[in-house]
Amino acid sequence: MSEITQKSERQFDHRPSAHCETGAIANLLRHNGLEISEPMVFGLASALTFAYIKSIKINGMPLIAYRMPPKLIVKFLSWRVPGLKFKFETFKDEQTGMQALDQQLAQNNVVGLQTSVFFLPYFPEAMRFHFNAHNLLVYAKQDDEYHISDPVFADLVTAKIDDVRKARFAKGVLAPKGSMYYPSDVPNEIQYDIAIPKAIRFMAKMNGPWNPVPISGVRGIRRMARQIKRLDKHEQRYARLFMGHIVRMQEEIGTGGAGFRFIYAAFLQEAGNLLNSETLKEYSGELTTIGDEWRDFAVLAARLSKQRRGQDFNDAAMQLNKVGDLELDFFRRLSKFKI
Amino acid sequence: MKKNDTPQQTTELFDGETKGIYAVNEQGEYELTRTSGWDPETTALTQALEEMDRLTDDALQRARAGSTSPLEYHMCARRMDLPMLAKTVGKFQWQVRRHFNCARFNNLTTQQLEAYAQVLDIDVDTLVKLPE
Repeated sequence: MSEITQKSERQFDHRPSAHCETGAIANLLRHNGLEISEPMVFGLASALTFAYIKSIKINGMPLIAYRMPPKLIVKFLSWRVPGLKFKFETFKDEQTGMQALDQQLAQNNVVGLQTSVFFLPYFPEAMRFHFNAHNLLVYAKQDDEYHISDPVFADLVTAKIDDVRKARFAKGVLAPKGSMYYPSDVPNEIQYDIAIPKAIRFMAKMNGPWNPVPISGVRGIRRMARQIKRLDKHEQRYARLFMGHIVRMQEEIGTGGAGFRFIYAAFLQEAGNLLNSETLKEYSGELTTIGDEWRDFAVLAARLSKQRRGQDFNDAAMQLNKVGDLELDFFRRLSKFKI
Repeated sequence: MKKNDTPQQTTELFDGETKGIYAVNEQGEYELTRTSGWDPETTALTQALEEMDRLTDDALQRARAGSTSPLEYHMCARRMDLPMLAKTVGKFQWQVRRHFNCARFNNLTTQQLEAYAQVLDIDVDTLVKLPE
């Protein structure tokens, strides 16, 4: 018993972050001896993107994403950084899944979990939606509670065993199936001069000039702008909900569009400092401006979600197209980046 | 975004929590700052919550009138919609929609009720009843 108490008092170097997945990975790697920041994880994983997917519905609205789908960040990161390997485990049986978690904790390991926000009691009531791709770290178990480092919260939190079980085994779209991950191989250092330029070029190509699919990157932004222009023809309630949905997807769910632009800008700045590149720092400033344009768009969209004026849908679409133009130009130049 | 411009339009929806966001400080360097809320975001979130309440109330009225089953009410009350409920319970949407029919819902076996109760995270007793 004394051993367990001791473990719960174990310190965990919890650094809050802007986005759950990159924050969880950065904290996890730091715990395993690799000093890395959240923006660096985000940048090396080339996680910045945009996607407008009409066929996947969330509460009857199309899916709008501003970053790579869950788990892909970890996979891209381990692909980009030689010697970094993550182990993923999913479970069919809830009991086995919880036992596996306890076993890892008993060995003093910290593990990442994919969970549903709806079942996590420490979230504010208004934020608890059925969203199955929230990432958090569990670092200790004491009595009937897990001690959790939730990257989007400023402080460490706790949750009852039963709630964690429900959150891990929530069903539905992106069902976590008890998904649990931890690094199995961690390199001592990262060769930034090789990894960073590659990661930057990859991200820029995927979003801009070499974009393979019309739903993602700048082409996805244009597609959404066309959709907004057409809202005139829809029922008023739908149009308002649609605009509100865009803002929620952009600003609230996982820090959203502008937030991700700022994380990437922070990455570019950090990379500029590491590689002594003034160009990268200039790029960082430029992306900050683009992020601010996204926020201006959110203001317009939020206004439209309150009241309907035919003229304004065009304004919002124009603002969005402007962001698209800025991003395309930016990605074009970034895709040719060399040190 | 400048660090000083980080919106601090506190909203009760955050329940006293704050959210991290990267912003540029006076030295021109990025750092993580906290925001306690931003009006456009609050507007959108409030709207989404109101829409859910509206659907829940609507389902409750119809359930009281007997034109739908308590299942639809509890689905809305637990912040789900039909595609989501169908997916979580492992049925087709039309199968779930049939259970919105009172007569069919009353004929459900305990097993079927338990399946619904489990994914909605409520008791079977609660599931078959409407709130006062």
